[in-house]
Amino acid sequence: MSAEKNPSTTANGGTNPAVDGSELIKFDNVTKRYGSNVVLDNLCFDVSSGKHVTLIGPSGSGKTTILRLLMTLVKPDEGTIKVAGDYLSHEEKNGKLVPAGERHQREVRKNIGMVFQQFNLFPNMKVLRNITEAPVHVLGLGKDEAEQRARELLEMVGLTDHIDKYPSQLSGGQQQRVAIARALAMRPQVLLLDEVTSALDPELVAGVLDVLRDIAHSTDITMLCVTHEMNFARDISDDVLMFDAGRVIESGAPEKIFTDPEHERTREFLSAVL
Amino acid sequence: MTDLTAGLWGLLLEGVWVTVQLTVFSAALGAFVAFVVGVARTHRLWIVRFLSGLYMEIFRGTSALVLMFWIFFVLPMAFGWQLVPMWAAVLALGLSYGAYGSEIVRGALAAVAPAQQEAGIALSFSPWQRLTKILLPQAWPEMIPPANNLLIELLKGTALVSVLGVGDITFGAALVRNALGESAPVYTIILVMYFILAFLLTRVMRAVERKAKAGIGQAPEKGVGVLRKLNIRQQTETSGDFSSAGGA
Repeated sequence: MSAEKNPSTTANGGTNPAVDGSELIKFDNVTKRYGSNVVLDNLCFDVSSGKHVTLIGPSGSGKTTILRLLMTLVKPDEGTIKVAGDYLSHEEKNGKLVPAGERHQREVRKNIGMVFQQFNLFPNMKVLRNITEAPVHVLGLGKDEAEQRARELLEMVGLTDHIDKYPSQLSGGQQQRVAIARALAMRPQVLLLDEVTSALDPELVAGVLDVLRDIAHSTDITMLCVTHEMNFARDISDDVLMFDAGRVIESGAPEKIFTDPEHERTREFLSAVL
Repeated sequence: MTDLTAGLWGLLLEGVWVTVQLTVFSAALGAFVAFVVGVARTHRLWIVRFLSGLYMEIFRGTSALVLMFWIFFVLPMAFGWQLVPMWAAVLALGLSYGAYGSEIVRGALAAVAPAQQEAGIALSFSPWQRLTKILLPQAWPEMIPPANNLLIELLKGTALVSVLGVGDITFGAALVRNALGESAPVYTIILVMYFILAFLLTRVMRAVERKAKAGIGQAPEKGVGVLRKLNIRQQTETSGDFSSAGGA
């Protein structure tokens, strides 16, 4: 599985033409502060198209902030973020970079899908509409086409029987699988996973991870994943980034990071969570 | 009581009809104002928030009765056009109860879990789409119980119009009282009439609330028993969203 993939995030990694190895996500000297608290400190990193990258590190180390920056839920204080060649945080006007407006952000963001820790399905919509609403009203897909797509995705996550239920009638694991289908229905190039199993009962975790493994191995979608499930991270990742205090202190292939980390902080962290 | 003739009863019943009309029209205007002002108060531009907040403070802080007099007596002098008493009353009641209602709308919107807004952003919905497809549908059931309160206040507030000579229940009662020469019977009767109207209003609003809750996947208030309890338990366990969507 992951052994045959190139562990480096920057090197060209694929034979699949869709995975061209170009930089899909690029953080350039990004700093994010909350008051005097520096969450991300001059962060530079990039993720190549088709790669699966896992962010690990103690809480407060800035992992989730990276996902929130990519989702435009927060704005960087300094530095720039590019997605698929376009600035996400900024836009170019008269040759100058200015903070991006709502419309520009929305366009670039269409490349990115996100799955949340708390699922965040829309409780006022049934399962099918949760999945079709954005494709129809944001991408302008026809209703039939969107429903067709939703049915295929629900089949993939094993929830065809629940198409006509409200989220409140589903278990946490089922809700999370619907949330995965909802994100994929937008056909994003990047899928962000924010501790997607942390809110689940232990017996429901495996089902969700199986679905994600399946997606990781059968599609060329780029994944950026914050997780405490180290076995899962090891299984799907091409690359693992270890964060501490807003910086990447170590990165590399999962085998290397998990078995023979260079950095003392990484060793401490892994011995605490493994 | 025995002296209350069919004609006098007729006066009171006509009054009931006028009170119902006043309540419905003022509520319609008030609801419109409440939604526009309440939503505007969550707008991302500060000037929109400021102006809507100003409206709310002014109309919440002025007496509906004085406002009614003002619209009826001062507006004609200032602008040269005269509203009939019925519409002057509807305007005054709608504008001032709408100001109260805007707080209900704002509160219910604020009570929707922020994560819902984030999920909407993650799917690239526009701000208007997030409002109409995600936030308002979820805030709506939360608005109904306080709106019911306000509607009953409005129903009773319509009694103010009798001073402009609009023939509502209270105005009818004053006529009947003059005819009978005693106060006790007629005021007891209209007390009960207001109560019955308020009670009917509450029943209607309960039905609306049940329907609204079913529309966001929350089981109806009544009639499902154990199944419903299980559902509620599951919700609080799995999605935090409902448990945090509390008071408005």
